[in-house]
Amino acid sequence: MSSANLTEQYYDLHEHAHPDGYSTTLGFWIYLMSDCLIFGMLFATYAVLGGNYAGGPAPKDLFELPLVALNTSLLLFSSITYGFAMIAMQNGNKKGLTAWLLLTLMFGLGFLSIELFEFHNLIEEGAGPQRSAFLSAFFTLVGTHGLHVTFGSIWLVTLLFQVNKHGLTDANKRRLSCLSLFWHFLDVVWIGVFTFVYLMGVLR
Amino acid sequence: MIPTHSNWTPLLGRLGADAIPTEPIVLVTFAAVALGGAALVAALTYFRLWGYLWKEWFTSVDHKKIGIMYMILGLVMFLRGFADAIMIRSQQALGFGGSDGYLNSHHFDQVFTAHGVIMIFFVAMPFVTGLMNYVVPLQIGARDVSFPFLNNFSFWMTAGGAVLVMASLFIGEFARTGWLAYPPLSGLAYSPDVGVDYYIWSLQVAGVGTTLSGVNLIATIVKLRAPGMKLMHMPVFTWTALVTNILIVAVFPVLTVVLALLGLDRVFHTNFFTNDFGGSPMLYVNLIWIWGHPEVYILVLPIFGVFSEVVSTFCSKRLFGYSSMVYATCVIGILSYIVWLHHFFTMGSGASVNSFFGISTMVISIPTGAKLFNWLFTMFRGRIRYELPMMWTVAFMLTFTIGGMTGVMMAVPAADFVLHNSLFLIAHFHNVIIGGVVWGVFAAINYWWPKAFGFKLNQFWGKVSFWCWVPGFWLAFTPLYILGLMGVTRRMRVFDASFDPLRIYYFVALLGALLIAAGIGAMLVQFAVSIWKREEYKDVSGDPWGGRTLEWATSSPPPEYNFAFTPKIHDIDAWADMKAKGVARPVEGFQAILMPQGTWAGIVLAGISTVCGFALIWQVWWLAIASFVTVVATAIFHTFNYDRNFYIPADHVAEVEAARTAQLAALEKGAA
Repeated sequence: MSSANLTEQYYDLHEHAHPDGYSTTLGFWIYLMSDCLIFGMLFATYAVLGGNYAGGPAPKDLFELPLVALNTSLLLFSSITYGFAMIAMQNGNKKGLTAWLLLTLMFGLGFLSIELFEFHNLIEEGAGPQRSAFLSAFFTLVGTHGLHVTFGSIWLVTLLFQVNKHGLTDANKRRLSCLSLFWHFLDVVWIGVFTFVYLMGVLR
Repeated sequence: MIPTHSNWTPLLGRLGADAIPTEPIVLVTFAAVALGGAALVAALTYFRLWGYLWKEWFTSVDHKKIGIMYMILGLVMFLRGFADAIMIRSQQALGFGGSDGYLNSHHFDQVFTAHGVIMIFFVAMPFVTGLMNYVVPLQIGARDVSFPFLNNFSFWMTAGGAVLVMASLFIGEFARTGWLAYPPLSGLAYSPDVGVDYYIWSLQVAGVGTTLSGVNLIATIVKLRAPGMKLMHMPVFTWTALVTNILIVAVFPVLTVVLALLGLDRVFHTNFFTNDFGGSPMLYVNLIWIWGHPEVYILVLPIFGVFSEVVSTFCSKRLFGYSSMVYATCVIGILSYIVWLHHFFTMGSGASVNSFFGISTMVISIPTGAKLFNWLFTMFRGRIRYELPMMWTVAFMLTFTIGGMTGVMMAVPAADFVLHNSLFLIAHFHNVIIGGVVWGVFAAINYWWPKAFGFKLNQFWGKVSFWCWVPGFWLAFTPLYILGLMGVTRRMRVFDASFDPLRIYYFVALLGALLIAAGIGAMLVQFAVSIWKREEYKDVSGDPWGGRTLEWATSSPPPEYNFAFTPKIHDIDAWADMKAKGVARPVEGFQAILMPQGTWAGIVLAGISTVCGFALIWQVWWLAIASFVTVVATAIFHTFNYDRNFYIPADHVAEVEAARTAQLAALEKGAA
């Protein structure tokens, strides 16, 4: 074999650089899994400490399921509207995208308001995070989820500005997809919270 | 809800005049550090180096430069951590016969805590991360990591954590709890001061960096391998780096959570780990070891990778049992998750649980043993060249095996009831961490230094260092094994008269520590002499050891784009394969190369995060809130920059490569 052929065989002589954002989706998934572990640990902590009322109130005395049901539906609807936003994005419909994202944001903010209202009520009743290990674990798990929704909302607003400014560029589409993953992930986590903390809480 | 301490003020939080320590030892250290720091700043200003440092290093996203910065951070912190070690050893040698030694308990407890924290988080971690950063993209034929900006940010977060630990020396105090800060001792009731808060926030800040760099390197290894490099073609070091980074991403969130919960207990008076109101200190112990045990494999796996590269290079043959090495690495990675309870057999788990964790611990010695045999069989009938990296490797194999065996001893729960918390344990984990990780890092430094800087390290001083370190280690830790078998516990400051016959052991251990100090000194001299005589030790071939993997295929130091043309891979040990086939290096047809651009964002974001950490430690709430908001705002601002890449023009690549061609031609002529 000639030396030139050998070189050709061992070196990529007509290389094309990886497209921008080549690793982003994978990287963001890996990050999400690490975040998932944070929730996993908080769930585990709740599982260990959730029955330690220290003579204080138990879930049955505290949780108002209708309120939680409303809250849950807000968050689930926000996932659906985000889904519609992604469809609009894929159709290149910037207006539709913006509208669906704004609706998603409204649902998200509604969810957060109800959560803060619930926290406020609990603390007023003397069932704050200091009252017992159960309440410490409850506030931390639910509060961490709420913080994630808060940052997701800030991110969403940022993307609204960026889409408005630069349009549906590849970079913006990638960012919207990452936020989409993040938003649906928070939904999945919330289903866990709803089931294990609230529903099973009032059962016991 | 938020506690206000008696001396808390809205403006400065808990920060008052009493935060400045008055102990003479600390004051002298402070004066020395302040003078040294001032001299350094003055020198950098005088030689007008700030602009260069900022542009070429601090804001650089080049994985090679970031890797080197990690190594420098590790080295600086190593000197600090070793100063703590010498203080522990000398205090214990002095605290006999009614003497109080020279460290009071307040200070001594901080010293042993800081020693552990620094050595693990700010020495071993930066060393290992630095090596992976430098070597992995080169070994897989990539131009950089997947997320170059994130890489720079991760480094500065790690550095920010180190800054907070160092700050605790002079402003306030460090934790007095031991390196894992078990509650209830680390809770508010028993540690009301800022020490534990320094512990929590330095690790949180650094932990963000570690987790993100884990994400980054996994994505890099999965996505950016050169064409043709299947997973089972990857160099063993890259394999171990992959498994280690998976471990990092899978366990550092656990540390983040457990420290956050401890912080909530301390600031908001929650009851996760308290003794009353339903809290459970044992939950902390479990969670922190669920992070802590995999952590030791995070440190040692890449080092196993280093030894694999070194052994096959210096025996001039392919590594024996490549695939068994890969599988052993993966198996160790998985098993490392199911052994955490062996750190607290004595803490009430019962016989069946202890048996499970005892057996799973012993099982880990099987894949580790397989690795040792692979290295031995690689050496068997190899043409062994005893250069410095190989010397460290042989020292490791002998030392680590003994450390592994004492580990298996302690994996027997019944034996552990005697050995738990004794000096035997201390001797064991120093045996594996020094004999494994630290020596592995030394092997790696001696091995890859010529790649990073284009000249070899001085052999003589390297050998002096080696012959101080290895006997020094055994002199320092054999007495601790013996003392531990007699039942002496760790973290003792003074000894009453009944201990007098044991004093000799502590003296010998101190001698060993001093010998190690000489080894460290010799190593610093080695670096200095090598830099001084760099022309003499120059290597222009780019492949001074007869290397087998891709990093040796490019020049030393590599150009910022690593490879003008990305290599195509057909076999394990790609570079050895190319050399055997006599593949000619392409010398024309260069193309423009797309590279990431440096950015201020990493160092700025990490700097403000460090300020935020400091404010949280001292409960300066306004500053904490303001700096946190600034971090978020700055990060958002940074995302408005879409233009993060630039092209290195083909002309420039051609120029650099032409110089390289001329260099290689001259080398060949000289050889002929």
